Amino acid sequence: MSQRPRLAVWKFASCDGCQLSLLDCEDELLTLAGAIEIANFPEASSAVADGPYDLSLVEGSITTPHDAERILEVRAQSKYLVTIGACATSGGIQALRNFADVKDFVAAVYASPEYIDTLDTSTPISGHVAVDYELHGCPINKAQLLEVISAFLAGRKPAVPAHSVCIECKQRGNVCVMVQGKPCLGPVTHAGCGAICPAYRRGCYGCFGPMETPNMAALSREWRALGAQPRDIKRALRTFNTWSEPFRRESEAHAD
Amino acid sequence: MGGNWKSATIKPEGLHSLIGKLRDEAYRVVGPTMRDDAIVYDDIAGLDDLPKGWTDDQEAGRYALARRSDDAYFGYNVGPHSWKQFLFPPVETMWHAQRDEDGAMTCSAPSRPKEKFAFVGVRACEIHAIAIQDRVFREGPFADNAYASRRQDAFIIAVNCGQAGATCFCSSMGTGPRADGGFDLALTELLEGGDHRFLVEIGSEAGAAIMEAVPHAPASSEQVEAAAAIVEETANRMGRSLETDGLKELLQGNLDHPRWNDVADRCLTCGNCTMVCPTCFCTTVEDHSDLENRTAERVRKWDSCFTLDFSYIHGGSVRTTTHSRYRQWMTHKLANWIDQFGTSGCVGCGRCITWCPTGIDLTEEAAAIRAAPSKADAQ
Repeated sequence: MSQRPRLAVWKFASCDGCQLSLLDCEDELLTLAGAIEIANFPEASSAVADGPYDLSLVEGSITTPHDAERILEVRAQSKYLVTIGACATSGGIQALRNFADVKDFVAAVYASPEYIDTLDTSTPISGHVAVDYELHGCPINKAQLLEVISAFLAGRKPAVPAHSVCIECKQRGNVCVMVQGKPCLGPVTHAGCGAICPAYRRGCYGCFGPMETPNMAALSREWRALGAQPRDIKRALRTFNTWSEPFRRESEAHAD
Repeated sequence: MGGNWKSATIKPEGLHSLIGKLRDEAYRVVGPTMRDDAIVYDDIAGLDDLPKGWTDDQEAGRYALARRSDDAYFGYNVGPHSWKQFLFPPVETMWHAQRDEDGAMTCSAPSRPKEKFAFVGVRACEIHAIAIQDRVFREGPFADNAYASRRQDAFIIAVNCGQAGATCFCSSMGTGPRADGGFDLALTELLEGGDHRFLVEIGSEAGAAIMEAVPHAPASSEQVEAAAAIVEETANRMGRSLETDGLKELLQGNLDHPRWNDVADRCLTCGNCTMVCPTCFCTTVEDHSDLENRTAERVRKWDSCFTLDFSYIHGGSVRTTTHSRYRQWMTHKLANWIDQFGTSGCVGCGRCITWCPTGIDLTEEAAAIRAAPSKADAQ
């Protein structure tokens, strides 16, 4: 028997992008496979070994009664459960259904809606089971994923700051696009991407969800001062992390 | 003003040859250049890289470039960058550790390329900011050798300000607009009468030595007077002012002032003010290990007193509220710094005002507290 910790990767409602970040770690993949037993990762291998697992990486949100049951089983089999990405951590883009009647969507999309068994809401994993760690991002940053796995293997705290994107934007030497007149979600958004969009002269889209202490109202006032309409603010917050509490509440404060 | 002006002038071509000369002497020459609709500090090779004919319009939370009506090379105010990013890099590896086959650990210092900087266009407030960071990194009981080495080798060409920005208040802080020391060479740009020249002051032996190799002419007394008048005019045109008289006692005596809650309503706790401040020196360290647990490293990064982690001690963060974090920053910068280092931590460059996304202005915050000091606090 292998003494290596056993890893499982689970998929719920999601696009697979976050678990692909793991396969995307091309330079580190062999080392990873040496350090940890990849026991259950259907995206990578059809050889699936039974639990229990030392570390479960969970991608996706809970959108069906079946998945609401399945996450309980995942939790029961996992010593540590880490959610990866915006879907698992805040409900994902599919949480837009939470603001409307899902039956209307089902009726509009499917020829035979009666076959669709879905929940009214898309909710994060933490709404269903205890989560040991949440890694933000849409998609997650693969360097941060390796950091979380390395930290797990070493028994230490991952170095994943929860402050604003602005701090990494400034560490990168970018010029602030917001002060130059472009609305940006960076000041209320969780760091982790390395401030990619501002580096290319775009405002931040908030892919990593809310930072630790977001002042949403102050940011909205500044967006308004820069000419954004209430509808623009609402739409900017109704994306990948829309069901996170700060983004949801602020989006509800602005008219269509 | 006036007084200690040395009497030499160079033409723009002379500045070009000065930059070339520094490059020949293996300096990495950094100066103002245009990028991302801003005047930033980056590598320059000569006059063509300078923001000739451009200036910046600044206000609280606003920055935009604008054309000038002349061809000034240094006709702008301080921008988003400061020299701290070169002397005190935002991310720096402190050490590596390696575990060998027997499990023994060895630690090693990272190899750092030896880099000699020459800074072109350092403003008076920035020279004072560098001096403040010197007190933190070089002169304390625990010197930062990497900083000290970069600082030691740096060649500084100051430029006296020919204009003040709307968020500038160096006159209030006694840090400008004329560079009064701490440079190798100091320039004042003279544009009158179509004769574009720089008046040159020599501030060090290294400065004198390099000037030998640069074509220059003696300055007339008119040119010396013109330079003095330019800086004097700048001093009178500060966009902001800060009353420093009794400021330390005022802030230290108003820790429960309602104004802190007012600013907390506008503060994003994003940390931008601390990142752009040329004197803010706080760092955090991150420890990383690899997947095999064979190598580790400690990385130092710029940190900000606006994060929760900054005040995290056993049991949680000490400063959870926004008002406590803004108050910590402003009282440290303008008051407690004096107790700690003997000077204010503010040089009046105005970056924290311009680059705050919501335009919070510390001169306005200080004035508001002064206008209505809290009775409860004043004992």
